[in-house]
Amino acid sequence: MAERAKQPRVNDFVVKFANVNGSGSASANGMFARAIIRMGVPVAARNIFPSNIQGLPTWYEVRITEAGHLGRRGGVDLMVAMNPQTWDRDLAEIETGGVLFYDSTKPMPPTRFRDDITVVGVPLTALCNARYELPRERQLFKNIVYVGALAALLGIETSAVQELISEDFAGRQRLIDANFEALQMGYDYVGQNLKPLALQVRRADKVGDRIYVEGNAAAALGAVYGGATVCAWYPITPSTSLAEAFTGYCQDLRTDPETGQARYAILQAEDEIASIGVVVGAGWNGARAFTATSGPGVSLMTEFIGLSYFAEIPAVIFDVQRGGPSTGMPTRTQQADLIGAAYAGHGDTKHPMLLPADPGECFEMGALAFDLADRLQTTIFVMLDLDIGMNEWLTAPFQWDDARTLDRGKVMTHDELEAGRDFGRYLDVDGDGIPYRTYPGVHPTRGAYFTRGTSRNPYARYSEEGSVYVDNMQRLLRKFETAKAIVPAPVVRKAKRKTTDGVIYFGSTTGAMHEALEALEGQGRHLDALRVRGFPFADEVLEFIAAHARVFVVEQNRDAQLRTLIMNEGGVDPAKLVPVLHYDGTPITARFISGQIAQLMAIGSVIEAAE
Amino acid sequence: MTYITKPQLHHPGLAKNALGFTRRDYEGSVSTLCAGCGHDSISASIIQAVYELELPPHRIAKLSGIGCSSKTPDYFLGNSHGFNTVHGRMPSVLTGANLANKDLIYLGVSGDGDSASIGLGQFAHAMRRGVNMLYIVENNGVYGLTKGQFSATSDKGSKSKRGVVNHDAGIDLVGMALQLGATFVGRSFSGDKDQLTPLIKAGLMHKGAAFIDCISPCVQFNNHVGSTKSFDYVREHNEAVNRLDVITPRAPIRVDYAPGESVRVQQHDGSILSLHKLAELYNPNNRAQALGYLQARQARGQVVTGLLYVDPNAGDLHEAMGTVDTPLNELGEAELVPGAAALAKINAGLR
Repeated sequence: MAERAKQPRVNDFVVKFANVNGSGSASANGMFARAIIRMGVPVAARNIFPSNIQGLPTWYEVRITEAGHLGRRGGVDLMVAMNPQTWDRDLAEIETGGVLFYDSTKPMPPTRFRDDITVVGVPLTALCNARYELPRERQLFKNIVYVGALAALLGIETSAVQELISEDFAGRQRLIDANFEALQMGYDYVGQNLKPLALQVRRADKVGDRIYVEGNAAAALGAVYGGATVCAWYPITPSTSLAEAFTGYCQDLRTDPETGQARYAILQAEDEIASIGVVVGAGWNGARAFTATSGPGVSLMTEFIGLSYFAEIPAVIFDVQRGGPSTGMPTRTQQADLIGAAYAGHGDTKHPMLLPADPGECFEMGALAFDLADRLQTTIFVMLDLDIGMNEWLTAPFQWDDARTLDRGKVMTHDELEAGRDFGRYLDVDGDGIPYRTYPGVHPTRGAYFTRGTSRNPYARYSEEGSVYVDNMQRLLRKFETAKAIVPAPVVRKAKRKTTDGVIYFGSTTGAMHEALEALEGQGRHLDALRVRGFPFADEVLEFIAAHARVFVVEQNRDAQLRTLIMNEGGVDPAKLVPVLHYDGTPITARFISGQIAQLMAIGSVIEAAE
Repeated sequence: MTYITKPQLHHPGLAKNALGFTRRDYEGSVSTLCAGCGHDSISASIIQAVYELELPPHRIAKLSGIGCSSKTPDYFLGNSHGFNTVHGRMPSVLTGANLANKDLIYLGVSGDGDSASIGLGQFAHAMRRGVNMLYIVENNGVYGLTKGQFSATSDKGSKSKRGVVNHDAGIDLVGMALQLGATFVGRSFSGDKDQLTPLIKAGLMHKGAAFIDCISPCVQFNNHVGSTKSFDYVREHNEAVNRLDVITPRAPIRVDYAPGESVRVQQHDGSILSLHKLAELYNPNNRAQALGYLQARQARGQVVTGLLYVDPNAGDLHEAMGTVDTPLNELGEAELVPGAAALAKINAGLR
């Protein structure tokens, strides 16, 4: 445990907190991350938590990154090991030359440590037991004491933490005082007994006007701005906080100031099937409606999603993706619902998807989804994942243009019907595949129709004629073609040198991907990159693939679902698309991506040379 | 399947209601159900009820699930928007439609397969939420479209057309609706138009979750000896507790029954339900008594019909949610989009 003289590493390292679920660590850890942001240094923080309320291990990883890398890097420089259950694996995860911070109240044999790291012990339990009587206080304040100790060790300004304590507990002076005291206790102990670490946080000006927010909250706010009035949902991790955030924002922003009445209706339904049923009913009747769910919910909703496709009813589904069924992996992140969502239904169906990369896009696409649902009269998926949805991210401030209007799509009005305009509910009048609809109750004698699934003609009259069915299915394909041009366009990032290699990625992979591209470039490996933001794929996606000899497709699932969708929709030669897959439930890291791609490129070169 | 379009010619001498509509204006397409189907009689009662209530047809939204009964909304109220949803899920779609526009009148049509089996959960939750609607189950105790399987409302011991005996207990949707908090619960028989039509009128005007279980014999698969949902069986075992007259605020008050025999109930919208009591002791304002009465009569093999329970002061889901008076689907940018200034404040709170 030799103390090594080292060059300080400023504003570029990874701290990981290992805690026990339910011990009150989450708010203290969050304060640690936010204090660093207040010092003008960007952070990327991620919860890694179990499907549990109390007792199981939970981790919180904070990447301090002046360079602004918001993906996970991989590896840990400072482990705050507060959970004896996971001691061994936590210890093993520390990078050589890294730091272990632990509660030194109980002496530990040297064999429990590593000699290639720095070990810092603070007797947290002893300090708290000496100061506090109640077991609950000892537990809760211990978290603040270690934040104080870390502040001293890492050079975090205590005033930044104090500022946050004052804001979070505004109006509760006793709590503020008590937290200040605990913070100081940890800070002073380090000042009197230890030296600052080589890992240092230094005030910078790299945060700018960015905000720090969860993707679920951002998507919910997007739904408010997108004019959603009906929300029906059923609790499921990791989407629950989206519906709850929508409730909170509606109470604040959608309460009639004079009457106190609600300009929204939020229903916690009996299950996911009822949730989407309510959404479809509201959409049919002209309100903007959505549900928030995850993979298992989407599978339950599938029959209604199929109906929405054929009956052409606007609906929005926020799918916050997670691992597979039952408990366990549901609190881990994945991008594994892509195929399930894209083709959900029975019969021939496909649905537009929006693929946000961060909370800023969750807001934008959250609002946009409602315009697209009304324009296309179908279900629109907004595909978040647990990483974006349930973690706070630094993101550009939300923006809104007050001149923007809600695009309600093709709705025939009372006056148009009155004037004798021809109305056929499933009639393609202008070639874009999108028919006009009417809202129920619009006109006493015109515009009413009977909504069914597939068996009807362009005037919504019952028909089981094969040719009528085929015409309708062809029109739905034209509509899907129309969708191509109005879903968010892909973003291309060109390599500094001309290259025949490309990479395609989407969603929460973005931050780690950009960092990996920089690392690969440093190794002389150049790749053009394309971020997919919408489905159906814009023509640019296929053009990008055509323009490169080899295209890596990086995603967070086992079956290379984006790659499959591209092959299926674009008729691309599978040999050209090389999968890079990460699906252990933790967010993908820059090191993983660059390592995989470097290896694949090296193998490729060897084969090329041999041929 | 029939593809015959109904002739649009109206007899010039047809009576018109106060809105100027004839009964024909409330009709729909030609029914494609079997000749003599009880469901067609229910459709006729719905048409008569809406005509008599003088409701503008386009202000009604009719929704159904899947099955013979769920096909019927095509056969009435052709000027109303209709929605043939998915099996057992009409209640959630109707709930959503109702949330979008509280000003329309919602009529949900379902069957015993649709509501008592696959849709039992959605039936239950729509009732307990007090969705403002009239929910009619056209109950024939059998799966007709798939040709004669037992449904969950078939009574234990009843026989199928093929002679199979049903061993499972039957689900009584009336009893469930009462327990679940429906605020208007009735039962009738498709063969008794005089009882059914006023019941539908009252249910349409009721604010809150109104439910009518309408026994409707299946002439193809459940009208034989040994069935407890056949015309003969229901006629023999029908125990009507009351007969109803609905007096709308517009209509002149006209009651045919002698005082002392009738009970008057005023509903939220001002309509008066005049109940001609047939069973001396039956009180339609007591949920607990209604349940007990139903079960006691059922034990004797009797099918109780009439208005079994009504809470004239019931509220609905919108009231519970405190939604604005304007239908949500009519709100525009000014009411819905908080704007850039509000967003700037939110941004400031997230730093």
